Amino acid sequence: MTRMAPPPGSGCRDIPVLRERGQREVFCGLTGIIWLHRKMQDAFFLVVGSRTCAHLLQSAAGVMIFAEPRFATAILEETDLAGMADAQEELDREVARLLERRPDIRQLFLVGSCPSEVIKLDLGKAAERLSREHAPHVRVLSYDGSGIETTFTEGEDACLAAMVPVLPETQARELLLVGALPDVVEDQALSLLSAMGIERVRCLPARRADEMPGVGPETVFALTQPFLGGTRDALMRRGARHIAAPFPFGEEGTTAWLAAIAAEFDVPREQFEAATDAPRDRARRAVAAATEMLNGKRIFFFPDSQLEIPLARFLTRECGMEAVEIGAPYIRQDVVGPDMDLLAPGPVLSEGQDVDLQLDRARAARADLTVCGLGLANPLEAEGLATKWAIELVFTPVHFYEQAGDLAALFARPLRRRAALKLEAAE
Amino acid sequence: MKLSVWTYEGPPHVGAMRVATGMEGLHYVLHAPQGDTYADLLFTMIERRGKRPPVTYTTFQSRDLGADTADLFRRACQDAVARFRPEALIVGASCTAELIQDDPGGMAESMDLGVPVIPLELPSYQRKENFGADETFYQIVRTLAEPMERTARVTCNLLGPTGLGFRHRDDVAEITGLLADMGIEVNVTAPMGARPADIKRMGAAHFNVLLYPETGEAAARWCEKTLGQPYTKTVPIGVGATRHFIAEVLALAPEAQAPSEAGLRLPWYSASVDSTYLTGKRVFLFGDATHVIAAARIARDEMGFEVCGMGCYNREFARPLRQAAKEYGVEALITDDYLDVERAIEAAAPEMILGTQMERHIGKRLGIPCAVISAPVHVQDYPARYSPQMGFEGANVIFDTWVHPLVMGLEEHLLHMFRDDFEFHDGAGPSHHGGAATPRPTSQGAVEEEAPDQVRGTASSDALVWLADAERELKKIPFFVRGKARRNTEAFAAGRGQTEISIDTLYEAKAHYAR
Repeated sequence: MTRMAPPPGSGCRDIPVLRERGQREVFCGLTGIIWLHRKMQDAFFLVVGSRTCAHLLQSAAGVMIFAEPRFATAILEETDLAGMADAQEELDREVARLLERRPDIRQLFLVGSCPSEVIKLDLGKAAERLSREHAPHVRVLSYDGSGIETTFTEGEDACLAAMVPVLPETQARELLLVGALPDVVEDQALSLLSAMGIERVRCLPARRADEMPGVGPETVFALTQPFLGGTRDALMRRGARHIAAPFPFGEEGTTAWLAAIAAEFDVPREQFEAATDAPRDRARRAVAAATEMLNGKRIFFFPDSQLEIPLARFLTRECGMEAVEIGAPYIRQDVVGPDMDLLAPGPVLSEGQDVDLQLDRARAARADLTVCGLGLANPLEAEGLATKWAIELVFTPVHFYEQAGDLAALFARPLRRRAALKLEAAE
Repeated sequence: MKLSVWTYEGPPHVGAMRVATGMEGLHYVLHAPQGDTYADLLFTMIERRGKRPPVTYTTFQSRDLGADTADLFRRACQDAVARFRPEALIVGASCTAELIQDDPGGMAESMDLGVPVIPLELPSYQRKENFGADETFYQIVRTLAEPMERTARVTCNLLGPTGLGFRHRDDVAEITGLLADMGIEVNVTAPMGARPADIKRMGAAHFNVLLYPETGEAAARWCEKTLGQPYTKTVPIGVGATRHFIAEVLALAPEAQAPSEAGLRLPWYSASVDSTYLTGKRVFLFGDATHVIAAARIARDEMGFEVCGMGCYNREFARPLRQAAKEYGVEALITDDYLDVERAIEAAAPEMILGTQMERHIGKRLGIPCAVISAPVHVQDYPARYSPQMGFEGANVIFDTWVHPLVMGLEEHLLHMFRDDFEFHDGAGPSHHGGAATPRPTSQGAVEEEAPDQVRGTASSDALVWLADAERELKKIPFFVRGKARRNTEAFAAGRGQTEISIDTLYEAKAHYAR
């Protein structure tokens, strides 16, 4: 099987992590809806929350909100806060109205928010009741996307984890790919696995309700996203086994991820190489083209999506960058451990955030590129720091071989732009 | 509970952020859960600010709930004062913090932070963004401003411009210039650009100019009552309103002189012959009440349009809007549900929409030209170039903005003349709308293509049936007046109790409505 070069030193799995608490400049889990609803074509996401939640979705969704989106907010009003029983009835009425207007909807997610959690509105019970009421046409599930419980991509984790208990039982030995990938990326993954001779592959989430995979003791699963710790736990509770691997970013990450699956399914070395040699070569060439700009540059990650550690691994090992600080909202070793093993010691690893203190560190470090959210990007640019806004990494196809060059280019572009703009006054 | 996809306004604490972000030397400590920092990006991205909004969030999480959150809030206040050294602090709760009842105002006041602390009570489940801005500015003024001796020269304050306001930056510049032209200096512009120290000296002005009632009226009323400063009632958007505003200012400051109108071009542009085609264009107006009321006057009196519908999303201003609508003979639409707006627009079948970003998209969906006149707006409506709405240059900007989406007179004329021409047929659309001209389908194709349309045509009204001939004739009418022709004909037929529409009905209706 293909071996990866070990990192210099012993990796950074065991180095001390800087844990901070304080003001966190991050999105809440509701934001996950924006990409999840594109993936699950017959699902509707109904947030039970406040005007703030609706405003957040609108701000995050940008212009997408006008294309008959399959998400909305049931905004709590004064009267809903007065008595609990009333709120449940109100919810039933709004759901009935919604389903009447959208008969194409097969799965409805009631998504909890901070206000609905704080007033302890029982959405789990509501989902059960509504499921009975609207069966068999519509299945209603609930999960919590509130800021008090979830950070940004954890919303997807909470959503998928809520689906796991109701997936059908199967005894088949199947591979499950877990994580909502853009369709084009998912298709590439399936065709790579098929070329390796692995045919029984299912995806969670599936594109439609009637294609949802089964799960059971013979199921093995691989995560395609590092933020799915909760879904991993839920799948393991149903007897499925996790294939731990680095995440499929870059040529090296994709190869390592595929290799871990190949090992699980006893794929012969020749077949693995036949399936991967050509795309590996393509990926290496594409990354090399973008890497010229990144080589030797220092990078600083603010916490956002939990993609930070695998991306830092890609950028340092395949693009020649040097990481100064890698901030992540949460670090789960049982998920990103294989990536940490490949990451050379040196950078500060930080978990959680006190944004003002972290900004002080970022200003002191003056990295060549700072990866951060949209609330920080322009202010840091105005201070003379080049930034790459992080949310794009969640929306853009970046996984596997064919996107490796694009992924590197996303980081190279702000630096190229900085070099291209000559805006100072003429001498 | 109310189902909502799009909201015209954010929650009230976003209004408070707009005030804080507009000002300097003021800091906002907001008791809010993790995630509410999303609102920062409205300022850093949509308005493209190069600074973080001066807001510290407590960002409590689930594990903090209980006694901990109050402590979290206290620490956030101390840290914010130590780090940012503001001249004053505003404190409040977001919608979730409102539910956990920590009383941020009470806590901060008891902390002796060494700077004035202004507590905000913003009821998140009843009120919205504009209320939040208005109330916050009012509380700041009420706490900091004091009666004082008037300036020797005539000065005034400009009240209402905030962060994230639609064209507030350039409106302030335009009105400051206009007043300078009249010999009147601006004492303090607030909230935008003001420091708490500036708010303290607001009392020195002779009168106030209320630019935006939505965000400055409560403060203006307080200043009138407590500081004895009268305030202007006319918002100077449009030529007539600007002249009216000038007259109001001259009454408040008799020693001032009338400003020059040298740069004003709207009246001549509107009078020039190419604008004749604008006459009677039916427009639908929606947005915040102030901009809609102003736009209606411009539309009818300065552009020669017909106002066929108007409404606003901020119910605080429902009364003045209803009153204005009466003057135009239309029923006011007061709603914050964009589906209501979409239905009203469909029913009115206007030739143009003047609205918010939302109406721009409704217009796109319905194929109706649209110009943006009010918040909420997107990043493209925070332009780099100078583009006020107020004053004389504002009138010029408005003329251009409104006319561009319409088919210009000459082009409309050509479309009429050559409507059977292969490049000017129905489907081609105006050349500057980006739609590539598609060749007219061959006669065979045309017949087939029209078939489904006829079916739709016959179903357009329950009681009325368009006969095939009449439907074909209707298609010969240029697309930009076809909606009106269809409506008029159906109204005409219905009025006479007819159930079938023939070619004759079509032309009789045309004669009936001829002006």
